[in-house]
Amino acid sequence: MEVVSYRNVETFVQHIPEVTALGVWIKAIIILAVISAIAGFGTYVERKVLAFMQRRLGPMHVGPYGLLQIIADGIKLFTKEDIVPQNANRFIFMVAPVITAATAFIALAAVPVFPDFTIPEWIPVIGGTFVPSIASDLNVGILFVLGMMAAGLYGPLLAGMAQANKWGIIGAARTAIQFLSYEVVTGLSILAPIMIVGSLSFVDFNAAQAGGVANWLVWKQPVAFILFLIAGFAETNRTPFDLLEHEAEVVSGYATEYSGMRWGMFFIGEYANMITISVIAAIVFLGGYSTEGLGWLWIMLKIAFFFFLMLWVRAAWPHVRPDQLMWLCWKVLMPIAVINVVITGIVMMV
Amino acid sequence: MGLEQFKNRNVGQQEYVLLDLEHTPQTPMGKFKQVVKRTFKPELFVGLGVTMREMINALFKGQMHTIKYPFEKLPISPRYRAIHEMLRLLESGHYRCIGCGLCEKICISNCITMDTRYDENQRKEVSEYTINFGRCIFCGYCAEVCPELAIVHGPRYETASEQRASFSLFEDMLTPIDKLNLQQEYDGFGAVTPNADENIKKTPLAY
Repeated sequence: MEVVSYRNVETFVQHIPEVTALGVWIKAIIILAVISAIAGFGTYVERKVLAFMQRRLGPMHVGPYGLLQIIADGIKLFTKEDIVPQNANRFIFMVAPVITAATAFIALAAVPVFPDFTIPEWIPVIGGTFVPSIASDLNVGILFVLGMMAAGLYGPLLAGMAQANKWGIIGAARTAIQFLSYEVVTGLSILAPIMIVGSLSFVDFNAAQAGGVANWLVWKQPVAFILFLIAGFAETNRTPFDLLEHEAEVVSGYATEYSGMRWGMFFIGEYANMITISVIAAIVFLGGYSTEGLGWLWIMLKIAFFFFLMLWVRAAWPHVRPDQLMWLCWKVLMPIAVINVVITGIVMMV
Repeated sequence: MGLEQFKNRNVGQQEYVLLDLEHTPQTPMGKFKQVVKRTFKPELFVGLGVTMREMINALFKGQMHTIKYPFEKLPISPRYRAIHEMLRLLESGHYRCIGCGLCEKICISNCITMDTRYDENQRKEVSEYTINFGRCIFCGYCAEVCPELAIVHGPRYETASEQRASFSLFEDMLTPIDKLNLQQEYDGFGAVTPNADENIKKTPLAY
C-alpha cells in the first residue's frame, strides 16, 4: 500500500514560524468569535434554505432579505428571562448548556480553521505575533476532536435528567441510546482512512491527499465516507437522527425547560458541531486545504457544501424512530464498517 | 334533459394511479432481500432531488408561494361576505335603497336600525340607517333579501377595530358620488369563482 511521503509534510512544517502562547490565545479568540458568528449566520442560512425548498421566502422583514434577523434573534435570546424550574437540580441544569457549547469549541481547537497569518508589526503589543491555523496541533487531532464531540453529549444527557420534566427525561434517554449507537460507527468508519494514512493528525491527512482530486481519500474509502457522514448526522443531531429534541414527539426533548441564553448555548453548540463535522469530512475525505493559491477558498466551499447537505437532508427526509436508529447503527452500519476495516487491512497487507 | 349529464362525472383531468404494493416478506431470506433492496435503492436521493427541484423552481422560475400579505393580497371570492356597502343607481346617482325595511326585519342579530320618512315627492327616503358591526355576524341575509340590490357585501375584509361596538352610518357605506363610475356590482350568493371550471373534479365516489 501507499506510504505517505513525509517530504511533503516536512516542507509544509518548515515554513511555519514559531507558535507562541499569545498566538494561540489570539487564535482561540478568533475561533470563538468567528465560529459563534457563523453559527448565528447558520441559523439564518438554515431558515432561508429550508424556506426555499418549501417554496417560501423565509425571514424577510428585518433588514434587507431578513439579514438582520440574526441580530433580532440575538437580542431576544439575551434579554429573555433565565428560568430554572422548581424541582430541577439547579447546578446541573445551569451547567449543562455550558458543557455543550464549551466542548463544541474545544473540539475546534485541534481543527485547522482559517489560514495562518502574522499580525502586522505596526499594531502595538500584539504586532508581529504569528497566529497558527490550528490552535493546538495535536498529533492525535482526530481522536481529540471525536472524543470532545462525544463528551459534548453530556450536555443533553445532564440537561434532560436535571430538569424534572418527563420530556426532558425521554430526551436524555434518547441521547444515551443515540450516543451508544453512532459512536461505534464513527470510530470504525474513520479507522480505515487512519490505517491508510498512518496518522491521527489533520496535517498528515492533508499532506497525504495533496496533488489534486484523484488523490482524495473518498475514492479509496467511499464506504467509510458514507458511514462517517451518516454517523456525523447522528453526532450533530441533524434531521434523520434528531431524536433528542423532536418537537412532534417529545416537545423539545432535553431542551424543553430551557429558555433564553441557556437554550441559545445548546443552539450554538449544535451549529459549531455541524461546522466541526463538515471540517473533518472535508479534510479527511475531500482533500482538505492547500496553502498556495486559492486552497483556502476550496476548503471553505467544501465545508459549505457539507453544511448545505445537512440542511438539504433536513428539508427532504423524515426522521427515524429511536429503535430504527439502533437497528441501523448496530445491524447495518457497524458490520459494514468492520468489513470495510478488514478489507482495507487485507489490501494493505497484500 | 336526461340523467346522463348527472351520471357522467368524468369532467376535468385526473391522474390517479393505483399503487402496486408488494406483500410483506415472511421468510428470513425475504426480509433480508427487502433490507438490501431498500438500502441500495436510490429512493432517498429522489427525495433530495425533489427538494432541490422545488428550490430551483421557487428561486429561478418564479413559483414562490409566499404572499407578502400587507403588501400583496389575494383576490377574494365573489361570494365573500365582508363589510356592507350601499350602492347607488348608475343613471341618476340616487341611492338605491327604497326604505322597505326588509333588511332590518330579517337581520337575525338585530344590528340594522333604520328610520324612514316621506320626502316632498311622497317617496320614501332614509332618514336613519346604522349597522352595528359589533353585533353583525355577516350572515348575508340583508343583502339576500334586498329587492333593489341596494345593500350588498363589499370586498373590504380587514375590519380589526379597537372597540367592540362599531356603528356604520348610511353615508359611510354609501358609494361616494364622485366614485360612482368605480362602483362594483355584487355578484351575490350563487356567484361562482372566475376559475370555477378548473376546480371541478371527479369525486372518488364516481369509481
